[in-house]
Amino acid sequence: MRVTVRFFASHREATGLSTYVADVPDGSSAAEVLRSLYRPFPKLESASGSVAFAVNRSQVNPATLLRDGDELALLPPMAGG
Amino acid sequence: MRQFSLTSEPLDEQMVTRAVSTPGAGGVVTFVGRVRDNARGHTVEALEYEAYPEMAEAVFTQIAAEAQSRFAIKEVAIHHRSGRLLVGEPSVVIAVSAAHRGAAFEACEYVIDQLKARAPIWKKEFGPDGAVWVEERP
Repeated sequence: MRVTVRFFASHREATGLSTYVADVPDGSSAAEVLRSLYRPFPKLESASGSVAFAVNRSQVNPATLLRDGDELALLPPMAGG
Repeated sequence: MRQFSLTSEPLDEQMVTRAVSTPGAGGVVTFVGRVRDNARGHTVEALEYEAYPEMAEAVFTQIAAEAQSRFAIKEVAIHHRSGRLLVGEPSVVIAVSAAHRGAAFEACEYVIDQLKARAPIWKKEFGPDGAVWVEERP
């Protein structure tokens, strides 16, 4: 299945991309998709220490299973305000 | 004006305050967050805000709905900047109106605390010592 991954802030700089379409096994979790990105984006592993996940714009836990066409956002520690 | 936005345009504090000032609102509390000239012992010259805009506005709406259900308030407005801001520029303006001031103060604090914890917004500090993404909560 295909999942659109969005990178922000330190993750965007680590990958050099804002979005990336990941081809992952059906039934992958958010955390599994992240791990699959360490190969194409080695710098992401050290940059993603305390990452949170959002699927289709709602925050989810790392074990959440994804579906084909989902948008998975990797959220570095937030710092609004 | 819209009650919730993430915008690259300068924030107008008075306009946000007016946006919640309905006839029955005897108390309006406005919080303005500004770019400070220092952080963790370093001089700060500018901040660059980056957001996940579609989700940020949804989170603003959700936080405002929570404030409405927890406190006896009338209106909530939340506006946050994106892009590069210099020292002194407002980065966030939150206004809450209520019949009486107590609920407005409490709700305004709730909204800014939740925004800092949950809104998908990030900032990079620029200063003479270099540039760094802020990844700790004050």
